[in-house]
Amino acid sequence: MKAAVVVFPGSNCDRDVLHALRDVAGIQTSAVWHKETSLPENTGLVVLPGGFSYGDYLRSGAMAARSPILGAVREHARIGRLVLGICNGFQVLTEAGLLPGALLANSSLEFICSPCFLKVEKTDTPFTNAYRTGEIVQFPIAHHEGLFFLPEEELDDLENRGQVVFRYASPEGNAGPDYSPNGALNGIAGIVNRGGNVLGLMPHPERASEDILGCSDGLGMWNSVKSWLEGR
Amino acid sequence: MRFRAHVLVSLKEGVLDTQGKAVLVSLRNMGHSNVSDVRVGKSIEVTVEGASKEDAVRQVEAMCDDLLVNPLIESRSVTLGEF
Repeated sequence: MKAAVVVFPGSNCDRDVLHALRDVAGIQTSAVWHKETSLPENTGLVVLPGGFSYGDYLRSGAMAARSPILGAVREHARIGRLVLGICNGFQVLTEAGLLPGALLANSSLEFICSPCFLKVEKTDTPFTNAYRTGEIVQFPIAHHEGLFFLPEEELDDLENRGQVVFRYASPEGNAGPDYSPNGALNGIAGIVNRGGNVLGLMPHPERASEDILGCSDGLGMWNSVKSWLEGR
Repeated sequence: MRFRAHVLVSLKEGVLDTQGKAVLVSLRNMGHSNVSDVRVGKSIEVTVEGASKEDAVRQVEAMCDDLLVNPLIESRSVTLGEF
């Protein structure tokens, strides 16, 4: 199966993801304009990229979550195929109700653009099975609204169901809220839905996919999805 | 008839309001020492055609559900004026 990257007005990481998937991972990938109502045939993975879709107007991701292509993305998720939302894409997924929670403004009140360490908490997903559980990886972050929020009870449910995939960490491997650069509750950087086929994360694996970029830890994600796609 | 609806959107209690926090700090720094809390919300004005006041409110409430408000983090109130 192939991959597709959705392009919204204001997306700015779409080409980075296309490059990482096509040129680095060797996955056949096409770009899909948000006004389309269907995905290319045989699409196994849809990526909602980072950026500032619709200028972040109203709420980050709110308008993109109501774009025409989202109908096809919902159906794609419903039948168990893969959806990956990175940064603004994560915000879109929460706004669309495909993932729980909301991304609020960073507690520091600042836009944060920085390298960042993450603990891979869950490796039994199609996105992370090339990593070791507990492995520390480095992906950069670049966002103003990255504070993952859920009301307490729902947050506990999310944790108990083991839906947290990435948690902010120290280079030594300590993880949790103390290491959130943005104030994210429980140090949550990325989560999956209950089915495990929809992943959203604030950090950018596509910006950590080649040594020339300073780090290639993101390759684990592309290799994971590549083997999932090749198996189908 | 044409109506103008006013939707007031505020962050729910317990949801961290970073804008409000920043404004609070600035106000205090400016010498407004009696201020203890600031919450920043959004005001949205919607002009809408409706058969009646009730119909217009119903439409605006539906717009809130569909897009204008994220009920996980925000609450809203809708008031209506006539042109």
